[in-house]
Amino acid sequence: MEQPEFILEFEKPLRNLKRRLDELQSTGQEHHFDVSKEVEAIERRIEETKREIYQNLTPWQRVQLARHPKRPFALDYIGHIFRDFQELHGDRTFGDDQALIGGTAWFGHQPVMIIAQQKGREVKENLKRNFGMPHPEGYRKALRLMQMAEKFNLPVICFIDTKAAYAGVGSEERHVSEAIARNLREMAHLKTPLLGLIIGEGGSGGALGIAVVDRLLVQQHAYYSVIPPEGCAAILWRSREYSETAANALRLGARELMEQGIADQVVDEPLGGAHRDVDYATQQIRQSIEKHLGELMALDTDTLLEQRYQKYRQMGEFTERTVQQAVAQA
Amino acid sequence: MAFFSKPRYTTVKPPERKRDIPRDLYTRCPKSGELIYTKQLEENLMVVPKSGYHFRLDAPRRIASLIDEGTWEEFDAGITAVDSLEFTDTKPYKDRLQGYIAKTGLNEGVVCGTGEMEGVKVSLAVMDFRFAGASMSAAVGEKITRAIERGLEQKTPVIIVSASGGARMQEGIYSLMQMAKTSAALSRLSDAGLPYVSVLTDPTTGGVTASFATLGDLILAEPEALICFAGPRVIKEGTNQELPEGFQRSEFLLERGLIDQIVTRHELRPRIISFLRVFMNQPAPVEA
Repeated sequence: MEQPEFILEFEKPLRNLKRRLDELQSTGQEHHFDVSKEVEAIERRIEETKREIYQNLTPWQRVQLARHPKRPFALDYIGHIFRDFQELHGDRTFGDDQALIGGTAWFGHQPVMIIAQQKGREVKENLKRNFGMPHPEGYRKALRLMQMAEKFNLPVICFIDTKAAYAGVGSEERHVSEAIARNLREMAHLKTPLLGLIIGEGGSGGALGIAVVDRLLVQQHAYYSVIPPEGCAAILWRSREYSETAANALRLGARELMEQGIADQVVDEPLGGAHRDVDYATQQIRQSIEKHLGELMALDTDTLLEQRYQKYRQMGEFTERTVQQAVAQA
Repeated sequence: MAFFSKPRYTTVKPPERKRDIPRDLYTRCPKSGELIYTKQLEENLMVVPKSGYHFRLDAPRRIASLIDEGTWEEFDAGITAVDSLEFTDTKPYKDRLQGYIAKTGLNEGVVCGTGEMEGVKVSLAVMDFRFAGASMSAAVGEKITRAIERGLEQKTPVIIVSASGGARMQEGIYSLMQMAKTSAALSRLSDAGLPYVSVLTDPTTGGVTASFATLGDLILAEPEALICFAGPRVIKEGTNQELPEGFQRSEFLLERGLIDQIVTRHELRPRIISFLRVFMNQPAPVEA
């Protein structure tokens, strides 16, 4: 069965309007009434309501959109933006992680390396993709491919979309922490341009493990957070019911990430989310990649690496005072 | 006999002077259950002599246990967290910070400086779990990054003794970015060929494990320390998997290949010195 068009909680007004519209149309058809005027009125109302809702999204609502089951995943974009994507498998050590994939492709006349976190849509694919939560071998494969990119002078484009690195026995036994840490260190001095794009969920260390990049682009309804709002609420407020409060407090949306100097560009989405017009979303991504890749490719390696270092070196705020001052204030 | 007809149990009032005795005069060892004179425990670097149980050690005492007397110089003691997100959960972050500062006398969850270890100069950062679980604030990240850069500038080895609950959630994405910032500094240290010794102590978890703590040329761990990315409870609840025995403890991780050696607290100083002598090619002075 096809999924209804408006499934999220805050889309309820739209859902109701849509139902009225459907009822009206079928009644009209059944009894051969002319309902075109009424239909038009409801359709207008739907458009108004869409604008009302989607132009005033709260952080928590944007998190819902970032996790929308119909939201395009990395492979939905890759095929339309790049030519001849050839997936390369395996970390050469343990296995091939299907939640974190990679391979070579062409972006126009430029050969590139693509690294991508990939979610699944159906049950079977979700199991294969482990719901987009990579194991250590995913991060190790990503590093292998990024170092290959360095060797052959290919810029790297990372599609980030994960709730988190997988938290499980195998993941810990094979040291997912070390795999992520190594990527952070090695990406910091990889001698080739690195471009990152958050297309859905930027879940903590699991996202950062492929996101130490020269430029970070964030789609309008994507988020990037140190912890999912639910987890934050459970720990700090001791209840998941505070997820919305936590989502507000964490400043995890695209615009907030720009303000905090984490994101370099917000990539536009169609009204209501990328899934409502995939072609438009794809086009926006392609333009952003073209712009930033062009700028990065123009830099010499020393400048590129120094800028990358300083970008992360300056992240975060603190003050400097004496211990005495601090204690006196306390 | 009348003598034995007295009630077997009598209530004895606690002597008045007991109030003057600190409540923690004795400490119970969680491993063996024995009571140990707290002063003796402190003199023994918080290690229970018989059972070998390692209690957590605060940063000042850790530094004293590692560094040659009179050579320690602390840096960046005044670096303090700021509430850039104006974060309030059940309590404002600002108030929490003041509370930690008052409790520990420290400005943040890490103490950094330089000193000598048997004459070998080092840059040392020691995390202090008492301060907000030594979670990764931007201030902690800055101090650790500076400690690494100090090693780079002065061409000395860098030692980081880790203990951390992970991210400082109240600082949001900035907390996460400290993982990238510290790891980037380590990439430069590594490029310069300078040694980095990472010492993992109980507990080292989350973002700290997924950044500088597991990037050591050498990774040493204290016995029975909890070292993990996701905590055991999270994994158990999330996956319904049975956790193997000793899961995420030092011994388990040694077996699974993450760490080079498990070193007891008393052995730590001489062991680090012997490695630094190898890496820096500085043989011990020949005894006369």
